[in-house]
Amino acid sequence: MQKAKSINRRRFLKLSGLTGAALTIGYYLPVLANDSETIMTAETADNLGIELTSWISIDKTGKVSLLNHRSEMGQGSFQAVPQIIAEELEVDLNQVSIAFATGDQHKFGSQVTGGSSTVRGSYKMLLRTGATAREMLIEAAAKKWNVPKEECYALKGEVIHRPSNKKFGYGDLVEEAAKLTPPKQVILKERKDYNIIGKSLPRQDTPLKVNGKAEFGLDKRLPGMLYAVVERNPRFLGKVKSFDDSAVKAMPGVKHVLKVQMPVFDTIREGVAIVADSTWAAMQARKVLKVEWDDTGFEHVDTTALYNRMKEDLKKQSLSERTGGNFEVVFTKSDKKVEAVYETPYEAHACMEPLNCIADVKDDHCEIWGPIQGPDWIQSDLSERLKMPVEKITVHMTFLGGGFGRKAFTDYTAEAALISKEIKAPVQVVWSREDDMTQGPFRPGAVYECKASLNNGRIEAFQTKMAAQNMDHQWPHANKAHFNGSTTEGFLEPYFESIDNYSFADIPTESNIPVMWWRSVYSSTNGFAYESFMDELAHAAAKDPLDFRRQHLNNERYQALIDTIEEKTGWKSRTKNEGWGVAITECFKSVVGEAVKVSRKADGKITIDRIVAVMDCGWYVNPDIIRQQVEGSIVMALGAATIHETHFEDGKAVEQNFDKYHMPRIMDVPDIEVYIMENDEKPGGVGEPGLPPFAPALCNAIFDLTGKRIRKLPFNLNEI
Amino acid sequence: MASYNLSINGHNYTVEADSKMPLLWVLRDVLNLTGTKYGCGMAQCGACTVHLNGNAIRSCSMPVSAVGNQKITTIEGLSADNSHAVQQAWIAEQVPQCGYCQSGQIMSAVALLKRNPNPTDHDIDLAMNGNICRCGTYPRIRKAIHRAADLMKQQPAKSF
Repeated sequence: MQKAKSINRRRFLKLSGLTGAALTIGYYLPVLANDSETIMTAETADNLGIELTSWISIDKTGKVSLLNHRSEMGQGSFQAVPQIIAEELEVDLNQVSIAFATGDQHKFGSQVTGGSSTVRGSYKMLLRTGATAREMLIEAAAKKWNVPKEECYALKGEVIHRPSNKKFGYGDLVEEAAKLTPPKQVILKERKDYNIIGKSLPRQDTPLKVNGKAEFGLDKRLPGMLYAVVERNPRFLGKVKSFDDSAVKAMPGVKHVLKVQMPVFDTIREGVAIVADSTWAAMQARKVLKVEWDDTGFEHVDTTALYNRMKEDLKKQSLSERTGGNFEVVFTKSDKKVEAVYETPYEAHACMEPLNCIADVKDDHCEIWGPIQGPDWIQSDLSERLKMPVEKITVHMTFLGGGFGRKAFTDYTAEAALISKEIKAPVQVVWSREDDMTQGPFRPGAVYECKASLNNGRIEAFQTKMAAQNMDHQWPHANKAHFNGSTTEGFLEPYFESIDNYSFADIPTESNIPVMWWRSVYSSTNGFAYESFMDELAHAAAKDPLDFRRQHLNNERYQALIDTIEEKTGWKSRTKNEGWGVAITECFKSVVGEAVKVSRKADGKITIDRIVAVMDCGWYVNPDIIRQQVEGSIVMALGAATIHETHFEDGKAVEQNFDKYHMPRIMDVPDIEVYIMENDEKPGGVGEPGLPPFAPALCNAIFDLTGKRIRKLPFNLNEI
Repeated sequence: MASYNLSINGHNYTVEADSKMPLLWVLRDVLNLTGTKYGCGMAQCGACTVHLNGNAIRSCSMPVSAVGNQKITTIEGLSADNSHAVQQAWIAEQVPQCGYCQSGQIMSAVALLKRNPNPTDHDIDLAMNGNICRCGTYPRIRKAIHRAADLMKQQPAKSF
């Protein structure tokens, strides 16, 4: 045991390019939940035989290395994590180099990059670790000078003795500091004293992303690595009946042809893998492969039938509900009722980097490289499948060319590992764009039935039923009677207080289409239904849409958000039916309001003139990264609202590439204004919450301009 | 298999490849120049954009046998030190998020500015409409191209 730990630390030192003696401190996450987390030095951890989370290491030259435990898929964890640590460590960001951690849930806790959780999940731990290292360096300097440590402070990688102005660089102190016991308590800086947190410091990964040097999964190469493509059954539950590989084996560069099984939730996707000496050779050989599929014994679904089924499902009793008051009684008696049905489409994630994974499976260990959101999940998944202890499985994260939830799944990594095991060689499995678009899992489509009654211009009863495939029900041993709260996602929390009678129902629709998280998950579709309906209610109550929301949001935080939307849009000075729409949603502990202004051009087409977004994510790290994320969320929402959709015919996804699954392009996207609320609320998510309010804000704007209510997505802006 | 002499980023390479192999895969799998990306394989997304004699082309749809003597420039050949005006502008505007499509975006932008040193928003939209960015960096791309146009006026002309 002892030996294994030391090797791990050496591996980190090697990975981070550190030389000689160093101060390495990190977090020890206790096994027992009621033990508190402990910060300790690497030496102490080694002596205790403890696995340490090596967050920070400073070597004798003063070089600081940090390990980023989350994946970087564009959302900026590569910047936000070091920015937090550097603040308390008192170093400039340019003194710091960053490496990706490998998957290890015992060290890092959950590393799954999802739920917009990187900053809000770990900021306290990051602040404390940075401050602990700083205090140890100060103590080491005080000892060397033989002065009280209270007379010393740290700034920009140096400890300074205030009375004499003597200085030590951190590098001169690491040997001494490494012998100290980390203090149990550290005082964290106040927000007003921050120099790094809260600033739009340029991202450290940007220079690598303008010259081709950033290494994505698809760019990784290993000595002796082969390339594979897989012809998978285009129907999700189909099997391989037989295949003819005689022509394939005669193709140049082809090394192996084999049947493979990819686990997808509790089902198996069957296919035939072609392994060759280049990606192109494998792709060419795939064209001459002949596979006979067995597509019997399961439904071949199509989109029309699926949506009809959802609408039928809405008539069923829901499994379970989140309710308050008594909706039925109050609604039935009301003489001011509003009802509407909304539909949202299935979508592909369509990351620009198609799925891919390198696996190198040996008899006694396995290494994985790839664009990966969930390294620790992959470790436990492969441990089970390969019958290997978790510590024998190393998962390396590269940069991700987009993730959006798709690359948090373990299907593509399991398939690559099974192929490598079979051919006994390192192999990169490359998904073609067509594979990436048609194999799923997809964002589930949904149909919403919303009902409400008004009394004195206020909502007195509100009900929504969502019929959609339930993501949680696909896992092995899923509890299908469980209400997963999905229908309340995106709904503003104070509404549950101000609306006396409400009911949220979740009716799972059965289908064999695999579905999963897509940026902002259920909020991405719930937001459209709820905030369109809120607009319909405001209209029915003859109220201004922002005033109508305001009177149901008895909470300073939300009132301030609305004030900002009004101020930034010039809301109160707009003219009647000028084409303004607004929506506000809440998810991952952040609240976002978006306002859209549309107009009709001379050619009769609707154009988006302005997009104004106000993000309230509480305590934040880097405003420019927040702006990037909100801009990106809005563009992704624009695509799903007005441009693309995945259809199904005869059990297969129809749109296979960007010629059919059109994407938002530069011409479709106007400038986007993003404003960030200043307050001391706890940090909320940043990567996803900007997405849900866009589609309803746009549709509400179109209603304001034209009187036409859009209740089904996607729609064509040129056909209104 | 046939032998091809390629001029890439000012260097000469001799490669053995199938005549139908797209330039994209020659760059990536044979020469290990992985800055040029695979996105769609059918000239729809622009992730694989490189220059042939200074013009932007989609390398996923250009067979290696069609390249001939034309000079190829990839993202790796733009500058050794991120000093190209377009790279500088991309950093200043903090354009990239995931970064995967940005090699192609930058190569399209460089070709545009070579043709048109003073593009309007509309010129930019027309020239860049073939490059998809799923992260939605389009508004920043527009700003960065204007910034690059300004920078280029202050800098001596680059050979690429």
